[in-house]
Amino acid sequence: MSEFVITEQAPISLDISKYMHRTRDGKIKTAAKSKSGLAIKTTMFVLLTLTIYGFLTFDYKDIDMAKAVVGTWSNIKVVFGQPMLTYNTFPGALNALLVTFSLGALATIFGAIIAFFGALLCAKNIANPTVANVTKSFVAFIRAVPTILWVLIFTISAGLGSVAAVIGLTFHSAGYLVKAYAESIEEMDAGTIEALKASGASFWQTVFQAILPSSISRMTAWTFLRFEINFANALAVGAAAGVGGIGFDLFMAGNHYFDLRELGFITYVVVVAVILLEMLATRIKATVR
Amino acid sequence: MDNIVEKVLKPQNQTSVFIKRKRTFTLAFLGVAALFGISAAITNYDVIDGFESIPKAAYWMARNFIPDEKAWSRLPDILAKLSETALVSVAVTVCAAICAFFFSLLGTETTKTARWLARTVRIVAAFFRNVPDVVWAILLLFSFGQNILTGFFALFFATFGLLTRTFIETIDEVSASCVEALHATGATGLQTVFNGVIPSSLPEIISWVLYMIETNIRASTLIGVLTATGIGYLFDLYYKRMDYSSAGLVVTSIVILVITIEMLSNKTRKVIM
Repeated sequence: MSEFVITEQAPISLDISKYMHRTRDGKIKTAAKSKSGLAIKTTMFVLLTLTIYGFLTFDYKDIDMAKAVVGTWSNIKVVFGQPMLTYNTFPGALNALLVTFSLGALATIFGAIIAFFGALLCAKNIANPTVANVTKSFVAFIRAVPTILWVLIFTISAGLGSVAAVIGLTFHSAGYLVKAYAESIEEMDAGTIEALKASGASFWQTVFQAILPSSISRMTAWTFLRFEINFANALAVGAAAGVGGIGFDLFMAGNHYFDLRELGFITYVVVVAVILLEMLATRIKATVR
Repeated sequence: MDNIVEKVLKPQNQTSVFIKRKRTFTLAFLGVAALFGISAAITNYDVIDGFESIPKAAYWMARNFIPDEKAWSRLPDILAKLSETALVSVAVTVCAAICAFFFSLLGTETTKTARWLARTVRIVAAFFRNVPDVVWAILLLFSFGQNILTGFFALFFATFGLLTRTFIETIDEVSASCVEALHATGATGLQTVFNGVIPSSLPEIISWVLYMIETNIRASTLIGVLTATGIGYLFDLYYKRMDYSSAGLVVTSIVILVITIEMLSNKTRKVIM
């Protein structure tokens, strides 16, 4: 039997001056110096410097600022104050809206399917590290190319139309969703996967019995977020690459007919659609949880 | 007695959970399949064509996007436009973030501003968030012309709307408890902002700013195609002249820029958070 020997403990040091620092004029410092504080300050300094440098070096082409601002203000008043259709009909605008919506939906569905398998290849807790790194770099490359460039590139091989738009939009969606899905999978409990592996479940059994059920709600939330982005992207691509949909109508109203009222009406249609989409997404996210 | 044992051994709910799950999955699958069919019909999307176009495009890219001598001679032009686009994205994001931060202070529950004010802020933010940047770009093109400021303001409005909503959420989430403590000590409104809200929400805000810079570089490429400015214009120009090797060099330079920025911001985020 061993005996506990109670040694006399040294009294806890209460020498406050060790922890308390004063500034030069005698005030007590309340914030501790930390690595993250320094990083935040450095980041802010660099960003502000770049901003100022940017403003000083931009080529403004001798623009008359006052005139441009006044002109824009009166244009804004026309666009949002007197919306009216001249070249397009209301059913036509709704049809174009439906096309943009469908382009976004197709890209989201393709993107989600590709991203699900991509995420299995690069989630840290289930994938082979080498495969994961290769997949991640490949995905980073795909994400780095702007959507509009993918669409323009695919326009050459597939012609100007829905195929180029959908495939172009899919590339970036898949890249984005792989990252999001992989994070959802990485957040799940490691014990579940281990338990299934120990019971002799195959890889696909683990995927469909453990990984999919436990991360489906997060994945759905991400997918709907991406759908909203894809709708906006389909609109933008329609305007910039001319692949059709309501984005192309916006482009025609503004840059071809120079009709501000028409631009205003189509903008309202788009804004209502975006708000409805956001409400739908919020509702679906709530039911999934 | 037998009845009880049976009930314990065969809990009825357990089987129904799996059936229910199966049913939900089947319904979701059918819903997605229907959405796919309808969307494909509306847009005249040809599935086989779509799959065929990917290897075709890859082959085409591999053949035509290799920069040749002519493309390399254009590198200074490309880099100048690229740095212009990058600087615009940074400047837009920083300006929008500063405005959005002060604006969002008026809209949070944490700072306890008047209810009508908070409501107005949220509505204004929703307006700027929901009007797409493409619309702003087309609208600004009328008065600003093909100028760098067209893209700047178009991106500014969209970024401002998005960041205001995000900052309101961040401040409400992160700063609520420390603001309450500061209120209890009798700090004034401005004191709570500078000693409570800013320090506690700054890491999160910086992280969002870094994310928006990445997003805005891509967005400004698109706006550039539309307003004939920056790197987007340069790509469009080479592309329409069928000078694909130069266009390929533009794509490569954008990829390098975006990946560098992504790596830098990931590193910063790791230290900050």
